[in-house]
Amino acid sequence: MRYDITLRIEYAYDGLAAAGRHLLRLTPATLPDRQRVIAADLTVTPTPFERSFAYDFFDNRCVSISYEGAVEETAFLMKARVDRAPLEPLFDVSPRLGRLAGELETMFSVAADSPHHFRGQSPRVPPSAEVSEWAARIAAESPSTLDAVRTICSALHREMAFDPEATAVDTPLEEAFRARHGVCQDFTHITICALRSVGVPAGYVSGFLRTIPPKGSARLEGADAMHAWVRAWCGLEMGWIEFDPTNDMMAGEDHVTVAVGRDYFDVAPVKGALRTAGSQETTQSVDMVAVST
Amino acid sequence: MTDPKQAAEPPAWDSLLESYRRLPGIADELFDSDGRVRPVWRPFLRDLAALNADELDHALARGSQYLRDAGVFFRQYAAGDSTERDWPLSHLPLLIESGEWQNIATALMQRADVLEAAMADFYGPNRLVADGVVPARLLAANPEWLRPMVGVQPRHGHYLHFLAFDIGRGPDGKWWVLGDRTQAPSGAGFALETRMATSRSFSSLTSNANVMRLAGFFRRFRDTLLGMRDGESSRVAILTPGPLNDTYFEHSYIARYLGLMLVQGADLAVRENRLMVRTVSGLQPVSVVWRRLDAEWTDPLELNESSQLGTPGMIGALRNGSFTMVNALGSGALETRALMAFMPRMSEMLTGQPLAMPNIATWWCGGEAERDYVKAHLDRMTIDSAMSTRLPFDHGPNVVIGGRTVDDTPLDPAWIDEHGPLLAAQEVVSLSTAPALVDGKLQARPMSLRVFVARSGSGWVVMPGGFARIGHSSESADISMQRGGAVSDVWVVSDNTGPVETLLETGGGAARRTRDASLPSTAADNLFWLGRYVERTDFKLRLLRAFHVRLAETGGRDYPLAAALSDHLESLGIEAEDPIFDGILEDMRSALRSAGQVRDRFSTDAWNALVDLTRTTEMFAERVRPGDDASRAFSVLLRKTSGFAGLVHENMYRSTGWRFLGIGRAVERTGAMMTFLRVFTAEDAPDGAMDLAIEVGDSVMTHRRRYAAGTSRDTAIDLLLLDDMNPRSVLHQLIAIDDHASYLPVSVEEVRMTSFQRRVLEMKTALATAAPREINADRLDDLANDAASLTGLLADTYLG
Repeated sequence: MRYDITLRIEYAYDGLAAAGRHLLRLTPATLPDRQRVIAADLTVTPTPFERSFAYDFFDNRCVSISYEGAVEETAFLMKARVDRAPLEPLFDVSPRLGRLAGELETMFSVAADSPHHFRGQSPRVPPSAEVSEWAARIAAESPSTLDAVRTICSALHREMAFDPEATAVDTPLEEAFRARHGVCQDFTHITICALRSVGVPAGYVSGFLRTIPPKGSARLEGADAMHAWVRAWCGLEMGWIEFDPTNDMMAGEDHVTVAVGRDYFDVAPVKGALRTAGSQETTQSVDMVAVST
Repeated sequence: MTDPKQAAEPPAWDSLLESYRRLPGIADELFDSDGRVRPVWRPFLRDLAALNADELDHALARGSQYLRDAGVFFRQYAAGDSTERDWPLSHLPLLIESGEWQNIATALMQRADVLEAAMADFYGPNRLVADGVVPARLLAANPEWLRPMVGVQPRHGHYLHFLAFDIGRGPDGKWWVLGDRTQAPSGAGFALETRMATSRSFSSLTSNANVMRLAGFFRRFRDTLLGMRDGESSRVAILTPGPLNDTYFEHSYIARYLGLMLVQGADLAVRENRLMVRTVSGLQPVSVVWRRLDAEWTDPLELNESSQLGTPGMIGALRNGSFTMVNALGSGALETRALMAFMPRMSEMLTGQPLAMPNIATWWCGGEAERDYVKAHLDRMTIDSAMSTRLPFDHGPNVVIGGRTVDDTPLDPAWIDEHGPLLAAQEVVSLSTAPALVDGKLQARPMSLRVFVARSGSGWVVMPGGFARIGHSSESADISMQRGGAVSDVWVVSDNTGPVETLLETGGGAARRTRDASLPSTAADNLFWLGRYVERTDFKLRLLRAFHVRLAETGGRDYPLAAALSDHLESLGIEAEDPIFDGILEDMRSALRSAGQVRDRFSTDAWNALVDLTRTTEMFAERVRPGDDASRAFSVLLRKTSGFAGLVHENMYRSTGWRFLGIGRAVERTGAMMTFLRVFTAEDAPDGAMDLAIEVGDSVMTHRRRYAAGTSRDTAIDLLLLDDMNPRSVLHQLIAIDDHASYLPVSVEEVRMTSFQRRVLEMKTALATAAPREINADRLDDLANDAASLTGLLADTYLG
């Protein structure tokens, strides 16, 4: 499927914000056999004093900008045309959970894609006894790693309500878990925490979701802003599989990836707040429309 | 029968050693394994034993006094609180024979090479992981392995430049590495201060003890730092987390000792991927940073987002190769306890050599075989966090020692299986004992050494000395300074000493004057406010004294002048009477806070004068009564503020920083005097106001001499506002500010004169040409407004 994606993020400051520096991860990635960026453009207003581009540790596209003087507002406009391949049919060849550790021990790598990065705690995903106990119960009967991932995602989707008002970007995952309310970021962090606790390496994917569903399908939650879902490592044979716990589905043709990392810390779309004495207001809008090829 | 060897020992030190108990199965620094005093100690013990009780007391007191005078402290953390503590000096030095020291040094230089190669691998090709020497999982879980630094090559080819090692001597007499300090090791400056203090105590002994000197080590490391600059005009900065850090004293001390610029994260900025320092002459490039700040806090953009101590964009500048970081960000990864388990194989793999000095036996519990071994030998293991960077005897909250948990219950071995990858086990250490002086006698206490290793042009150099931590009881665990352990100087004793070394260049060529290093804007700001607060204190003290003198003379408060004075004090935020001292104590503490931020920039004596002023005031606050008692107390305090001013004026180098201090003082005095004159020369001012003005202006005698008639408004205005010869007059302040400002840097846009200078000159001219009679109430208001604008103009021009 081919999509035209438009993302707008605006920050308005109450008063002038002192000179600042941002790291932006807003542009879709090109992923072999899955996702291809045909064209992408990122416009920043006002025009930054400096702008440069690099790939970060996890191979995400990363734009760095800085301002010299004070600004009242900043706006980021990202436009991209992206081809997204449909999901291949999936056969479960993942090992039992108990055998995953043994397979991991045969992997002598800390390259970006190595599952070892996604096993322990990370900046936004600390260990949680509550989530661990819950996950152990849910996955107790799972015959395979893939099944455990699916079961955990489904269980969380069943128990937890999508609620944009319930949490903020910095709400700890345990708090969202306790309330069983939250947005895609909370669903994703809780799932990552649960999967790691049962021994499955798991990471965070940021991206976009198709705004208007194909005929006959329901509109997906999280399409109005940047979306997040989970990638889980399901053994040597299957490798990385992506699940969207907010919508209880595999991430497939409707999901376009921007960045991957251990958690939100590694993929935050806009890093580096400007210093300001007053408050600030953020607005974000996303439009992802299928275009005929 | 007497053993002839025993009989040959001089008995002189017998009484010193009468309570020295060595522990069975533990090595000792004073006695060798045959129970004989090691030769290196003999001359020292003989000299020590020759001192009588008084002489010994005096010797120890000289050492302690030195540290107090130098203001050496470290910060001690307790729950939710931290306090400054005196440096815990154990007066007796630890003596090591130079041959043995050479072996230690050689082994540690080899270890430094291994660590450098490990850094290059962890942040480069990752062969250690690929070849299975270091588990991938362990490196990936290491919070100090900084992903943004992977692939970033250090500008001068080296990741590590300054290291410290904690080592201890095991029961077999061999040395073991207890911990590697690779991130931002502290203690080198404390080692130097400890040396100074110990020399004060035993100077007569030092001279014949052939103790190796420390200065050469520092000189060579300074040369290394300077040599990595981009030419003579670029800068080396020491990056500190600031005065609230436990070793801030050392940062300011080292900066002063080496003549390097001390900065905090907010002083730095990144422009076009280059690191700059904000100075009073604008942004200036920095090409070498010696950081005393843990990596996590250096760049809020790519590392810890909540850091207020860092500089956004710093990692980008490193990636761009625009400056050298000492040590490279991410070097903290090497401090991780679990990594020690793999050091022997890392050494073989990276350098083809076994470790010359082993480290303490360590097992990472991520592997099944290791877990089984640890479970089978619980009785001689300490189990703690795998990622801990503390020393072996500095335990975390969930430590398991000898198979028992912190609440002293036996450990369930299943716990190790459950938390395996998060745990590292180490063999319980038995440190050697060394002598400590307790009530005039020597006692055996556990000790470990901290040894410093730095990079020079020709390879690693090892500081010939360092410091030893001495436990306060015979338990090894009590060695940490945070728990009350003490620190002693380490004397490496050679058969002959080299020439005395100091940091100053000697001989050869004319003395070279180093240029006045650029003054960071925050330092300028702090010096300016220090000047203001001290002057503010001084002025308020004068007003308070005037009030209490009158109170003592008349016994009453309810006449117009007393009321006016009391009102004026209140408008300045202080009570004339109850409580007498609270208001000025606040100003004094503000002065101390500002001074604390710039301790590298003014003298220890001046600092001590400020501390003394505050402590005395706090003491007075407890017991001084209003009236005569108070007026005498204020006189005492005024002599102390004058003492501070004198130290600054007489002893401080006329640097840019000194000028900001001077401007602060003059600006404050201008403002305070203007405000005061407006009130006390007003038409409705009460009787006696003019006399009071002359008194507060410290000009009673001058007035008597200059004006035959009594005080009038004109004479007061003349003397306190317009007389350029009176050091308390406003015109005198403006002349001083104008003079200071002429030495300050001028930016390109303001070639002729800054807006600050222009305002000062306008005021100065207006006063210089005015007659007392022309200065009516409106003119005073205008002048007071102009005076109030000076701080803002100064900040806009220099401190932005």
